[in-house]
Amino acid sequence: MMRERFLSGYDSFVLPFMIGMAFILVYCIAGMIKVIMQLNKEDKIKLAKSLFYPANAFKNLRDIFADCIFHVKIWKRNKLLGYMHSSIAFGWLMLIVIGHIETWIYIPQRSGLLYYPVFFRYFMSVESYTLRGSFFFFLMDFFLLMVLSGIFLAIFKRFRSKILGMRRTTKLTLLDYIGLYSLWAIFPLRLISEGFTAGISGGSFLTIPVNWLFANFLSKPENFDYTWWAYSIVLGVFFIVLPFTRYMHIPAEILLIPMKNAGIKVRHPRKGMALAQLYSCSSCGLCIDACPMGTQKKNLKDSTVYLVRQIKRRNETRTREISDKCLMCGKCAAICPVGVAACDLRLAVREEQKCNIHGDYTYLKSVVPDLNKQNDRGEDKVLYYAGCMSSLTPVISRSVVKILDKAGVNYELMDKDGSICCGRPLLLAGKKEEAEALIAKNREIIHNSGATTLLVSCAICYKIFSEEYSLEGIKVIHYTEYFESLAKQGKITLTKGSSRYVYHDPCELGRGCGIYDAPREAISRIGELVPAEKEKKDSICCGGSIGSLTLSYTERGHITQYAVNNLIINTPDKIVTACPLCLKTFSKYSDVKVIDFAEALSQQME
Amino acid sequence: MIDFGFALTPSATLQIDNLDNKLFEQLRNIEPDVAKCMACGSCTASCSAGNYTELNLRKVILSLQRGREQDTLNSLKSCMLCGKCNIVCPRGINTRHLILSICKVYNI
Repeated sequence: MMRERFLSGYDSFVLPFMIGMAFILVYCIAGMIKVIMQLNKEDKIKLAKSLFYPANAFKNLRDIFADCIFHVKIWKRNKLLGYMHSSIAFGWLMLIVIGHIETWIYIPQRSGLLYYPVFFRYFMSVESYTLRGSFFFFLMDFFLLMVLSGIFLAIFKRFRSKILGMRRTTKLTLLDYIGLYSLWAIFPLRLISEGFTAGISGGSFLTIPVNWLFANFLSKPENFDYTWWAYSIVLGVFFIVLPFTRYMHIPAEILLIPMKNAGIKVRHPRKGMALAQLYSCSSCGLCIDACPMGTQKKNLKDSTVYLVRQIKRRNETRTREISDKCLMCGKCAAICPVGVAACDLRLAVREEQKCNIHGDYTYLKSVVPDLNKQNDRGEDKVLYYAGCMSSLTPVISRSVVKILDKAGVNYELMDKDGSICCGRPLLLAGKKEEAEALIAKNREIIHNSGATTLLVSCAICYKIFSEEYSLEGIKVIHYTEYFESLAKQGKITLTKGSSRYVYHDPCELGRGCGIYDAPREAISRIGELVPAEKEKKDSICCGGSIGSLTLSYTERGHITQYAVNNLIINTPDKIVTACPLCLKTFSKYSDVKVIDFAEALSQQME
Repeated sequence: MIDFGFALTPSATLQIDNLDNKLFEQLRNIEPDVAKCMACGSCTASCSAGNYTELNLRKVILSLQRGREQDTLNSLKSCMLCGKCNIVCPRGINTRHLILSICKVYNI
């Protein structure tokens, strides 16, 4: 049985907490309205629709629980890091929820007060223990212990981050430190405060022993006012600095997840979706270890976490510098636990710089490739686009043609007399309008050719063909998938040789388009496939990427060397890649022979 | 040189005293690598846009150095930024960014 200790149900020590709580609530609601108002009309409708669509609403709920409370993505990365996050998040949530339930059961008339469940133990006194009461006491102590263990790991991580799977961590700002220390202090202070009052308000396995301990030290129970004040103050401080620290990701992610699930894209570097992402960045620094530019220490401050910080600070010069330097390999975005679309943010920054090149592509009108206009026999026709990069690596188109001939495919070459660029490089340079001109021209050529399938051998081209072209009725396929299907159907016969191969995932193909397995299956048909140290989603950019505008030749060289070392860890005989740019870049630096995917297959074709 | 009163091509003589290379110096400040160019023409040979237009990066760089930018600058507009010149450059010049910088400095 319990009863209230004070008739008023109020004590002035709750004020710091209440001020902080009011501030954070107002700030979050205002921020949410701001983000949603900044979306354009189309996106607003998209978001509203997805919120009320039951399947999507369920997905939102599931993702919020999986990502914000249980941190499933972090668990997959490192168990200790996962436990640290979910114990704090889940434990804290349960403390709040159970606190409310307790208030609601025992003192229903106070359940409207925000501070009451938080400081429940201060206001209550226990008269006799019941089973139900003891159960609540036990739960509260249990979750408090859970949070404390997470906090302990967090403190440990400050000193030895490597054990939790992180080589480098973000350099924090002053406010981040204030937030961090107040977060660390909240729960130990809660333990001490509740321990102090446990003699009056009751407690369980954690708080009662603390109470015995303190009773021996301090005989005056009046002293516990100070600890409750301290507990309330650190909570208040934490809430007030929260919007200006990394911890803003806690509330912001709840908004970002439905927006992401609605399919809203970044359109401006600081507004709408971008703003939601800027708030959601937890400055965890996983992107620092992921960035291939990190091979050189001077580039460490060019990773996504610092880009986010500079955009928030409105430091235009640094924002541009970081955005222009990036290779756009997408590795940071792929591993980001909150899903900050780092490449999209950088593209938006690049698009904002209007002063550079104003392309004039009227000359494209006169380009008419010599193609059989009609597909007279009415059967399937494959149009092969080698891409402009392949003109530097003619071995790719030669090998592709050889395989197509062997398989007896009805095909035609789209760019045998020199090609028009696919538009991806312009797009990556932030020249969307200019890219549209090239896209329109290529689309015209493809549609006029009467083809039913467009075969592409360049990973960069494949990305833009499948995403931006909207070719109705024409299947766009990358040669890795196409040749694997030819081999599966038995149209080409591959013999297994004795060579050991390692496959390099080109960024645009792997992380860009999600093709990881088809090339591996095909290579397994022609020899032994050995793994690289980091592959698939974690594969390392070759360093030649056209994504970077400013990275110099020597800096790229360091990255290439790093990527090669990553590939040859299991001593393969050959490195196979599926992108002409990777092939060209690796060939300069690798002692192990680098060959193209089509070349590798054609060598082992009967 | 003897002046015959006629010539097959317009005079290519440079008047160093009249040379206004303020813009080129500005370009060199942000793109120091431009001075590394040895005019080998690899960029031009590999150029996608060069297949269809007058674009010739080697010529553009030379004309900028000589303060005669008006001869060639407009041809840069046809560049598709595909970056092949960047890959083939034996001097390791970041030609792709150089083109963007030229457009910025010379305001085209």
